[in-house]
Amino acid sequence: MSAPSTKPQLVCPAGSLRALTLAVDAGADAVYLGLKDATNARNFAGLNFDLAQAREGIAHAHRRGAQVLMALNTYADAQEPERWYRAVDVAAELGADALICADVAVLAYARDHQPSLRLHLSVQASATTYEAIEFYRERYGIQRAVLPRVLTLSQVGHVARHTRAEVEVFGFGSLCVMVEGRCALSSYATGQSPNTAGVCSPPSAVRWADGPQGVQARLNDVLIDVYAPDEPRGYPTLCKGRFHVEGVRDYALEEPTSLNTLAVLPQLMEMGVAAIKIEGRQRSPAYVEQVTRVWRQAIDHCAAQPARYTVQPQWVADLGRWAEGQQHTLGAYNRPWQ
Amino acid sequence: MSNDRIAFTVGPVLYYWSRKTLIEFYAGIAESPADTVVLGEVVCSRRHEMKLDDWRDLARDLAAAGKEVVLASQALIESEAELRSLRRIAEQGDFLVEAGDASALRNLVGRPFVLGPHVNVYSRPALAEHARLGAVRWVAPLELPLDAIARINPPEQPVCTSHNVPLVTEVFGFGRLPLAFSARCFTARHFHLPKDECGFRCLEHPDGLLLSTTEGEPFLALNGIQTQSAAQHCLIGEAQALRAAGVRRVRLSPCSQRFTEVLQWFDRVYHQGTRVDEARIALDALSLPGGLVNGFAHRQAGLQQVFA
Repeated sequence: MSAPSTKPQLVCPAGSLRALTLAVDAGADAVYLGLKDATNARNFAGLNFDLAQAREGIAHAHRRGAQVLMALNTYADAQEPERWYRAVDVAAELGADALICADVAVLAYARDHQPSLRLHLSVQASATTYEAIEFYRERYGIQRAVLPRVLTLSQVGHVARHTRAEVEVFGFGSLCVMVEGRCALSSYATGQSPNTAGVCSPPSAVRWADGPQGVQARLNDVLIDVYAPDEPRGYPTLCKGRFHVEGVRDYALEEPTSLNTLAVLPQLMEMGVAAIKIEGRQRSPAYVEQVTRVWRQAIDHCAAQPARYTVQPQWVADLGRWAEGQQHTLGAYNRPWQ
Repeated sequence: MSNDRIAFTVGPVLYYWSRKTLIEFYAGIAESPADTVVLGEVVCSRRHEMKLDDWRDLARDLAAAGKEVVLASQALIESEAELRSLRRIAEQGDFLVEAGDASALRNLVGRPFVLGPHVNVYSRPALAEHARLGAVRWVAPLELPLDAIARINPPEQPVCTSHNVPLVTEVFGFGRLPLAFSARCFTARHFHLPKDECGFRCLEHPDGLLLSTTEGEPFLALNGIQTQSAAQHCLIGEAQALRAAGVRRVRLSPCSQRFTEVLQWFDRVYHQGTRVDEARIALDALSLPGGLVNGFAHRQAGLQQVFA
């Protein structure tokens, strides 16, 4: 295998100042964060940054040579698009290194009013082809696109070869089985979705109760799963529940697994993927630190000696602790189900 | 104003029906009160009963029967072959095209086109952006409530096309809601088949595969890579609210049984003074497992039924 042409940037989640600090100190090349409101897709209580925290976080990252990307990746609300515009201005004023956006209204505002601000196309924009990415590049000047977690490895390579924008892919974390930015399952069940409120299967709609067959997990009264007393319980994300189809009860959409692409890192690097994203702004600072540390080692290892790269057992052990359902998969990158 | 006619659009058939079934279905549509018919395969490129040329033949027949025809592009595009299909749809000049995603937008810029329901428009400036590209009509995202639609494209101050013509608002008004898309085929998964050797099992499920909760409540429907609501969204009682929100078209999404009756009930209630209660009883009787819902229109969870 030839030496990878680029060393991808390691982009890590920062749901709090503590997580940001730990990620930067553990070797993140960039962190991404959101403000404390519905302008970003992890709009959970207790998460995200007020202005003072954002300022402090950006200062810390910049001192260590790391970048800060601001997620402004929900769709501007019809009642108050100005709030999203203000967030664009805030990002520029704070000195964020790039904005991660999905909405053409927000992209157009940033292009016209903050032309020096670098734009990344959020995964929430659902750009699955190079034609889609080129649309956003030609019209809004996006310099990087984050690919939805539905493409195979060869499709990622095909996209990367045909667009002039940089490509960022998800490397690790929770797995959306649906194309991001085009899933209304959560609003169907609860009235709140990633696009409208920056949340999926929101905690406010979750109810736990004891039932005849075990512990019931409901989302706004819809029974998402029932756990026998000895079964591990997961968060009732709508698409990861167990349902009946033609008399068979199973995970009808997706099993609660996590994405882990360490095994295909050399291929991703050879394709010229510009950045690898770790999911999980809603996760603990300890998760962020440990996952960042493992991925830092893996990327450095792979860049230095691509031909000798192997996934280290210690990495697997360290990451395994944080997997949803304690299972890791390559997601859509390799499709055993294709 | 309050009695303006609301045009009816028959949405693309979201399921995999045989060619014979489709031809019969559209023969019925030709005789129905529908104004516009959207044709094409928008869910899965493996479905091959109809090729683009077949759709175009059908389009000409429907146009001859007095219907406006729109050709829709696929909502989730992943492969180069799918991009080639998209380009062929975009390049034909006989019929208006409905954009399924941003790949389609790139291929349609500068020409009049329809924004499909899976292109995200949640605010007035976003709609105005698409109007600058050439959009002449938009199908609002499914989860968007009527009050937001009214704010985005108000009848008294509409977003206009580059030719200064008001952009037309269309709302999904009947049918199982196409809520999500995945690379993975859930129908094939259910039958333990690989996606590329799926045996075209979708053909056996003309309204999708019902998914119920452990308590037996109908919840969703699996339609290949698409996940739908089990319940049928139904805005039979919302004609005045739709008019007030500036909606000039309602989309009815095909189901396999008695769909033209559904169209007739909408026409009677919207335009001929038939009482909503009478129509709702009839539509309830026709509905698929899961019944009728309308929550999205009223800023509620989509699975709610709100009685105005």
